[in-house]
Parts: sequence; C-alpha cells; structure tokens
Amino acid sequence: MNHKNNTYIKLFTSAFYLSAFTFGGGYVIIPLMKKKLVDDLQWIEEDEMLNITAIAQSSPGAVAVNAAILLGYRVAGVLGALVTVLGTVLPPLITLSVISIFYTTFRGNTVVNAVLKGMQAGVAAVIADVVLNIGRNVLKQKDIVSSVIMVGAFFAAFFLKINVIYIILVCGCIGAVRFLIRMEEVQKGDDSQ
Amino acid sequence: MILIKLFWSFFQIGMFSIGGGMAAIPLIQNQVVNLHNWLTLTEFTDLITIAEMTPGPIAVNAATFVGIRIAGIPGAIIATVGCVLPSCIIVSLLAWVYFKFNELTVVQGVLSCLRPAIVALIASAGLSIFTLAVWGEGGFSTNPQTINFISVLLFTAAIFILRKWKPHPIYVMLGSGIIGGAIYLLI
Repeated sequence: MNHKNNTYIKLFTSAFYLSAFTFGGGYVIIPLMKKKLVDDLQWIEEDEMLNITAIAQSSPGAVAVNAAILLGYRVAGVLGALVTVLGTVLPPLITLSVISIFYTTFRGNTVVNAVLKGMQAGVAAVIADVVLNIGRNVLKQKDIVSSVIMVGAFFAAFFLKINVIYIILVCGCIGAVRFLIRMEEVQKGDDSQ
Repeated sequence: MILIKLFWSFFQIGMFSIGGGMAAIPLIQNQVVNLHNWLTLTEFTDLITIAEMTPGPIAVNAATFVGIRIAGIPGAIIATVGCVLPSCIIVSLLAWVYFKFNELTVVQGVLSCLRPAIVALIASAGLSIFTLAVWGEGGFSTNPQTINFISVLLFTAAIFILRKWKPHPIYVMLGSGIIGGAIYLLI
C-alpha cells in the first residue's frame, strides 16, 4: 500500500513539475515526459513511449493532457491517469487564476494597456509564423485535396463566418471517405495480382 | 445554468481542437467570442497572449481565464474539467483500438485531411487578431487614418525576426510589448 502511494505521489509530482515549467505545449512536454518516465524512473519502455506519443497526437485536446492520461494509466491504472491529469492541469489552473485576478484589476491601467496593445502585434506575428510553417508543409505535399481544403476552410471560416466545428466535421468526413477509397484501391490492386 | 454552459462550451473546445498547440485558438474564439460574448476580441487576444507566455496547454489556460471571469473559481474548475474530459474519453478509446489492431490508419487518414483545415482555421483566427492590432475594435477599413502604423511596424519587425532567427515566441511577444508599450506611452 505504501509503495503504491509512493507511485501516485511520484506520478503527481512529476506531472506537476513538468507542466509548471514547460512553456510551449505538447510538442515540448512529450520529450521531457519521456526523459522522466523512460530514462530516469524506467517505468515505461522506449517503444511504448512512441506508441503513447502517436496516440496522444492523434487524439483531440491538448497533447500534454492526452500523454499524461496514457502515461498515468500505463503506470498505475485509472487512478494513476487521474493523478497525472490533475498534476498536469493544476499548474495552469493556479497560474491563470492568479493572472486573471491581476488582469481584471490592472487592465484599465495606462501602462498595462500600452504594453498589451504592443503585444497584439507580437502575438499576431507569432501566429502568422506558425501558419506559414505548417501551411508551407501542406503545400509541399503537392496534394490537390489538401490545398483545396486549406483554401476552402479559410474562406468558410474568415469570410462566410461558418462555425469552425462544422468545418472540422466536414473536413474529417472528407478524410475518412478519402481513406476508404484509397483502401479499396489498394485491395483491388491486390486482387488483380 | 452558466456553469453548464461553460462546461459544454469547453467540452466542445476539447473535443474539436485536433492537432495540438494552436489548434484550440479558433475553437476558443468561436465559443467564447462569437457564440457567447464572454470576452471581447481584445480580451480574447490578451488571453491568447497570456496563454502563449505561461506554461500549460492553451485550452486549459483559456478555460481557467474565462471560467473565473464568468463564474469565479467554480467556473474555472468546471470549464477545465469540461475541456479535459473529451481527451480522457477519446484517448482511452484510441488506446484500446491501437493495442487491439496495432494501427491507427483510419484516424491518421482522417487527420491528413484535418491538418490543412486546422492551419486555415488558425490563420483565420490569427487574421482577426491582426485586424484588431492594426485597425482596433472597429475592424478592417480602407480609410488610412484608421490604420495603427505602430502595430504594422511592430508586426513586420516581429515576423522578420521570427522567420530569420527563430527565437522563442515569448521573447518576441515580450519585445513587442515593451517596445510598443514605450512608444504608445511616449506619444
């Protein structure tokens, strides 16, 4: 029992620590989780970590939370998953609670207002930079469907103001249909051989 | 009632933010600004700025920020639970599929068509933040007098620095906040 409690405590502190000090979301936190759980604690095999990463990145929601659920479950079952999720979610929950109190108090302040106005341009640039990087990768695939989806989704969201959830659902369906057509082609290819 | 609304909104954000990182931004804007008017576009932009500079996933940061403003600490907790719950359900489901069939090809097939859509949606959200930075809450206008040239200058410098030296985004945001803030205070 004592040993078990130690595992939970260790899972919680690991998740809490990683979440509290990792800036930049899932793609940064996963290598750190690997270092902690595979290399240091040796609770998870290297291969399994790769599987967990693949599943975490394929699921909706924050990649860090997804990875935390899978790792917690793998090490200590459902309770382990709950413990790691709590550890991952608490640091941003506490930080943002404090910040939002300050925000409400100081948003009207001239200096704060000026700095935040200056930051608007910066955050727009950061988003534009990410969009340019991913967008270029999509175009590089030279896949017409992907390019059409990209342009169409932008048009639908920005100009037609269509609810983004519908856009995601439609594009997901296109992806599923396309996958099924490809599977059929592969099967036909196999049959004719 | 407001707690249920918060929960359901952030449940949808968690459910449909596919691809990690900035994928949550258009969904947060959709729920929080467009559908429920919980934040103005300026407050939403502040939130994204804060979320990009603090640790933790953007969706969880947003859930806390919006939840606490709308319904205090219980709101923050309910919204956070809402945005994490879809992950718990779907991750378990996918893990089961993965270990049973040892592949995720269908999911990856769907994702291959979602990726270009997600980029486009992030671009759309980013463009509304850019419009806010340059034209203010009034939105796009062809009248050159409404253009905030300091913002244009800051944006151009920031994107140039990001593309050329690839620094951590936090430094770029801090830099544009300090330089821009100083200019706004001096004029």
